[in-house]
Amino acid sequence: MYDIAIIGAGIAGSYVARELARYQLNVVLIDGENDVANQITKANSAIVHAGYDAVPGKKKGLFNAPGNIMYEKVCRDLGVPFKRTGSLVVAHTEREMMTLQRLYQRGVMNGVPDMRIVFQDEVHEMEENLAPDICGALYAGTAGLVSPYELGIKVAENAVDNGVELKLNHLVTNIAKKDDGTFKIETTEEDIEAKYVVNAAGVYADDIYKMVGDPYFKILARRGVYFIFDKEIGDLVHNVIFPCPTKNGKGILVSPTVHGNLLIGPDAMPVEKGDIDTTQDRLDYIKANALKNCPELEHYFNKIIRSYAGTRNTPVADTYTTTSGDFIIEESPVKNFVNFAGYESPGLTSAPASATYCVEDVILPMLERDGVHVEENKDFNPKTRPHIIFNQLSDEDKKKAIEKDPRYGKIICRCESITEAEIVDVINRNVGATTVRGVTKRCRPGAGRCQGGFCQPRVVEILARELGCDMEDIMYDAKDKGYILSGKTKNQ
Amino acid sequence: MYDIIVIGGGPAGLAAAVEAKKEGVDNILILERDRELGGILNQCIHNGFGLHTFKEQLTGPEYAGRYIDMAMDLKIPYKLNTMVLDMERKDDDTKVVHAINEEDGYMALEAKAVILTMGCRERTAGAIGIPGFRPAGVFTAGTAQRFINMEGYMTGKEVVILGSGDIGLIMARRMTLEGAHVKCVCEIMPYSNGLTRNIVQCLDDFNIPLKLSHTITFIHGKDRVEAVDVTQVDENLKPIPGTTETIPCDTLLLSVGLIPENEISRGAGVEIDRRTQGPSISELCETNLPGVFAAGNVVHVHDLVDFVSQEAALAGKGAARYVKGHLEEDINFTTVNGDGIGNVVPEKITVANLDDSVNCYMRVRKVSTDTVINCYIGDEKIATKKARKFVPAEMVNFKIKKSDLEKYHDGELKFVVEPKEA
Repeated sequence: MYDIAIIGAGIAGSYVARELARYQLNVVLIDGENDVANQITKANSAIVHAGYDAVPGKKKGLFNAPGNIMYEKVCRDLGVPFKRTGSLVVAHTEREMMTLQRLYQRGVMNGVPDMRIVFQDEVHEMEENLAPDICGALYAGTAGLVSPYELGIKVAENAVDNGVELKLNHLVTNIAKKDDGTFKIETTEEDIEAKYVVNAAGVYADDIYKMVGDPYFKILARRGVYFIFDKEIGDLVHNVIFPCPTKNGKGILVSPTVHGNLLIGPDAMPVEKGDIDTTQDRLDYIKANALKNCPELEHYFNKIIRSYAGTRNTPVADTYTTTSGDFIIEESPVKNFVNFAGYESPGLTSAPASATYCVEDVILPMLERDGVHVEENKDFNPKTRPHIIFNQLSDEDKKKAIEKDPRYGKIICRCESITEAEIVDVINRNVGATTVRGVTKRCRPGAGRCQGGFCQPRVVEILARELGCDMEDIMYDAKDKGYILSGKTKNQ
Repeated sequence: MYDIIVIGGGPAGLAAAVEAKKEGVDNILILERDRELGGILNQCIHNGFGLHTFKEQLTGPEYAGRYIDMAMDLKIPYKLNTMVLDMERKDDDTKVVHAINEEDGYMALEAKAVILTMGCRERTAGAIGIPGFRPAGVFTAGTAQRFINMEGYMTGKEVVILGSGDIGLIMARRMTLEGAHVKCVCEIMPYSNGLTRNIVQCLDDFNIPLKLSHTITFIHGKDRVEAVDVTQVDENLKPIPGTTETIPCDTLLLSVGLIPENEISRGAGVEIDRRTQGPSISELCETNLPGVFAAGNVVHVHDLVDFVSQEAALAGKGAARYVKGHLEEDINFTTVNGDGIGNVVPEKITVANLDDSVNCYMRVRKVSTDTVINCYIGDEKIATKKARKFVPAEMVNFKIKKSDLEKYHDGELKFVVEPKEA
């Protein structure tokens, strides 16, 4: 019997697991996928928002700016790439300038530092490639870029380093509340018993809650489509460029990425859960809207290296009782069952602050109420073992790295200059990579301009060797059906 | 200090090194990132290589083997499993190549001249942005070729191929021979991008349909490819509504173009021609940086390895002359692409370095018959290239005589596709 079971190993569930690991509790983190951070956390805008968007008084407004400030430390502790670039919300008309002023006011109320309204000349001085008719912008210096999946993975790794048990490939099929008040979580692999449950199942959070209680919120999957450009034009813009927001959301942004690429997107289309396909009309829509703020892009559509889609988990109004449009972080009407749901933007940015809130203001008081005495985990180490990124070393350190481990002398991914030693490291860690995409998420082979064309056979070979299986058993991404190789050739 | 460092031990690098050695330069080093010399030829186990160079049909590994033997006979040193990270040119004109491998660790190798022969890479699914899911089972043709021919694994059983580039055609046959069912090859253009002999030998002989003016408009399957939508396109290459057919398959191979691999070149300050996406080079393959040469698919994508070897030999000769201080650097002519021509290599010509002629390589933009390619200096036509038919898939080799150039001191060579005169 676990003290606490967390359903969903995305950024929300993993972060709660890590924060719970600071206490002497028996925690299990469960996910139906074969890797952590494999759904919403994997594909989003990767922006650490400053915090002027959220309506003050809501949880979104409460956690965004403090979450943003916490990024520096957590990313340093976990070795996750994070960069404060600043952001510009740009206006083309006087009317839009008025919206910017309202945003600025909101930002002040949410405690966002380092904001100012800038006018035409200064905007174009800061960004030489923006549309000439842009007449002003809201600048926010604390906005930044992060690698969301790397953060999700490292947070989960750190949770496991500190004693949390991770069960992947365990898809929850039913939850029974037993007479003694504990829960039996039925999964595709085994039944898991726990005294308390945290539901952080992303787009599926309403489906999970329905297993134990009467629905009071509903999650709408809204798909966002993105393009990633080659690093060659990664410095086309220096800040995150947002259009003026509308009631439909933040709009199509043009942004550098923390790895040095350029990203444009997303739109927001309601879809069936799990539908992360792209469609031609949506791809065209993204391009057309990105051009409005950055007409220079016109010349660089041949530098696109990937298009993809992700989903948001938007809590929506419907016949149910709660329709806040806000994060849901609370003990549900079902006693001892916590919902951490509706965790859409600025969910990623808010994660450090809202996970702390979930643990300290929701879970611990609940335990205390039930007379459970919780001790601190004195051995908690907030840092993960350092991962060496060969390409970022000085010449002298490169020399030393190869002397210590010759596998740093063998480049496997030529686009991103990733060595064999780095790949072996991300396979052999806690919460290590088991798939080709798992390796890509952790250390980038396949994320560069050749998209794995060169390195994929070599990565498959390394995975098979390190995991002690045949190359045929290595999956691209999804388990079982995500196979890469269909068998041996005739003469084998 | 080396005289010449060659970056890349594929067909271009080998031919360049062999020629430089024959020209009397002794201190040469080839750096190769893979576990053996020969480059991409090692996975091209089909035949058809060497018809021009050796007057016989060789497989890729055999063709590579011939050049590897020549390099071994000439005792040219090489390092395998060695990756070049970057290259710089110092103020005193010395080139420094930073490279790593497991045995030597981190190296800063100095040379008087460098020859860039890194080849090219394939355009990917991401680059062409096919709508749909992004499951397992989408491979570039070259990646599938590596899995099948080098690693001994099949990449699927029911296959659709997008793009009629030569590697795609070759892989249609290869996968058929391995027991896969290749359902069709789709080509968005109204003509094939592969050599005619490959259409005949790889598709027609195996009854594999080639769907011209067709493209793939959607990839089905969340985890592994389950089907693709194949749609006809109009003359503007836009899908025609109502012509979509959903073809079940577990594999999609892409053969949609090759891009010269110039990250090292760009980093070193080599000027890149936007048309070829490779370095602008001279008649002896010198880039804008004195003593830095480039040849083969890193400069422009060739159809036949024979022409890669030919071009690389010029680079070897140029580098040898540079090392000995015999290379003339005064550029007399530049080349430009006029109507109907996509690109021309070399981009600049120093007449004093020519023996008796210069081979100008170019690609036409579209298929044409009853046309010729004319070469002009100013308004004067100095040469004409005739052919039964010009197709974008086949690079045109237009030989211009040195004596014709010597009539003019300098100028611009302009190549234009024009109707055959009656």
